[in-house]
Amino acid sequence: MSHLVYRKERVDRGIKVRSDDIFILASLRDLSYATLPKTLAIVILLLFPLLKDLVGTYWESVLVTTIVISLLALSWDLLASAGLVSLGQALFFGVGSYLTGWLSRTFALTPIMSIPLATLVGALLTTLILYPVLRLRGIYFGLITFALPLLLSRVIEVTKILGGTEGLNKIPPLPNLTTELYILIVVLLVCIYAYRRLITSDYGLVLQAVRDNDRAVMAAGFDIQRLKAQAVFLAALPATFAGAFLTHHFQVVGMQSFALDYSILPLTSVIVGGAGTFFGSVLGAFIMIPLSEFLREFASLRVVIYSLLLLIFAIGLPEGIFHFIRRRYQQFERMTALEGESDKRGK
Amino acid sequence: MAANFLIYGLVNSVVLMLSALGFSLTFGLSGVANFAHGGLYLTSGFIAWMLIHYLGLPAFVSMLLTIVITGIIGALIYRIIIMPVRGIALSEVISTMALGVAMIEFFRYIGFVTYDFTLPPLVAGSVDIVGVSIDYQRLVIVGVGVLLAIILWFFTHHTKAGLALRGMSQDEYTALSLGIESDWAAMLSMGMGAALAAVAAMAILPLGIISINMGYDVLLLALSVTVLGGLESTAGLIVGSLLVGYAMVFTSTYIGPQWGTVVYLAAIVLVLAIKPSGLFGKSKELEERV
Repeated sequence: MSHLVYRKERVDRGIKVRSDDIFILASLRDLSYATLPKTLAIVILLLFPLLKDLVGTYWESVLVTTIVISLLALSWDLLASAGLVSLGQALFFGVGSYLTGWLSRTFALTPIMSIPLATLVGALLTTLILYPVLRLRGIYFGLITFALPLLLSRVIEVTKILGGTEGLNKIPPLPNLTTELYILIVVLLVCIYAYRRLITSDYGLVLQAVRDNDRAVMAAGFDIQRLKAQAVFLAALPATFAGAFLTHHFQVVGMQSFALDYSILPLTSVIVGGAGTFFGSVLGAFIMIPLSEFLREFASLRVVIYSLLLLIFAIGLPEGIFHFIRRRYQQFERMTALEGESDKRGK
Repeated sequence: MAANFLIYGLVNSVVLMLSALGFSLTFGLSGVANFAHGGLYLTSGFIAWMLIHYLGLPAFVSMLLTIVITGIIGALIYRIIIMPVRGIALSEVISTMALGVAMIEFFRYIGFVTYDFTLPPLVAGSVDIVGVSIDYQRLVIVGVGVLLAIILWFFTHHTKAGLALRGMSQDEYTALSLGIESDWAAMLSMGMGAALAAVAAMAILPLGIISINMGYDVLLLALSVTVLGGLESTAGLIVGSLLVGYAMVFTSTYIGPQWGTVVYLAAIVLVLAIKPSGLFGKSKELEERV
């Protein structure tokens, strides 16, 4: 008597296979299967600022923080796609913040001028700062990005430039919360779209190849220093924008901009949401930032609970929530017998 | 002044070396960047305090006990937290860092923040060396530091377990094929790293009060010294701590106390930019950059 051995297998759902193809147009059900999740998320996001009376300004401003962290997480994700694991997104954030503060204080620029300018110049500046260390790989690059923002904030503290420990205040404000939110939402959506297009283009494939096997890319005749520098510039854009925007939101910039928070929070978003798809890191931010607000009622125990939850996510679901949900959405699992095998130990 | 500078620079360097020893050992041997190092350091200080004040054990016994307990905690951290995410460098860093932060903030939450939290020095009193007054505890620190450096060097170069660990760090697949178990080696190195953090805490903490933020500072100091000296070289660690230690004492004496932090952070950045494997790192040249 033989016992069949079973193993689990994952199979694509029929509807997923159909909606991958041109046949998607044949049925409304297939069409909605493929587009509804994205559309729903975008609609909810766009409606949220309008529900001001329902949700209150407090949660609206939580959304500001959430999107800012999402932008930093997106930036992290693009860097990671090119093999540059950053542990210091605060570098980009801080440079953007201080630039916009300095620009609007020195040249009396309005936010409409200073934010784009700080975004572009900040991205250039951070690319220049990181250029000498782009040769580093893996954890070494991570360590240097970890140390750089801390160093910059210390330098500002001891040399008392840019306002020293006091920071720069009286920075011109943005019109109102609803406008701010719509600017942020549009930037976030454009950024996700652009990055997803970028990474699947030929250029993006080369970037991913740098991550997978940099020496093979070199051997194929690409200048990977250039590629990495371009990746840093592209990835810095949303992050410096986030810094510049939040500076005008709070109307003040200080050493806080280089704080560990802005390095850690995007990382936690990526860990929780899952890296590599851009959707995942944004989803992570939309879970972790509101969660940390909910935990405020635990007062000083908040950080402890937050860290432990993060730990559970990191260990329990190492691939990230987004990958998990997507797999459930697209595939199902079933037990299947191994052909021609019988369990010899079972007898 | 010069004697003062030399002696206190030396003490400072040994303090740095002790704080970094555990982190450097774990990273060098198993490649796990244990960002809970600061949390373990602080926790061991409070464990010793609790053993002394709640159970009434003698100071020396509770310190030894603390070192053992912290070592076990370190090994457990590897089993429970790092093993599921082993190989995903980012998850390793984030989960150990989350744990470290949770440990540190937990002690802040339960109110271990007052001036009552001090550990007794092993030997009280002070002595004059070439006109500089120095207390015995600082001499104990130097002694412990030198002793540990020698013991660790002997362990990693002349014992079976130590050689196995080094083999693991040099070439994991070859080591596996020779029958060295990866998880055993990494667990051992984590446990030893944690125990070393406890040793450092037992030696250093009696100098002042146990302050919560020390948990974060220790991690940064450990990181800078380890990076500076090279990730798997004991000699590099010693030279790295001497450099950072003297540089910190020099800048805070002659330029201003607030420059101390700038020095070690700048040291990390410069060394990583110029020679990422540290001043004494030999292997892994290809892994670090292209």
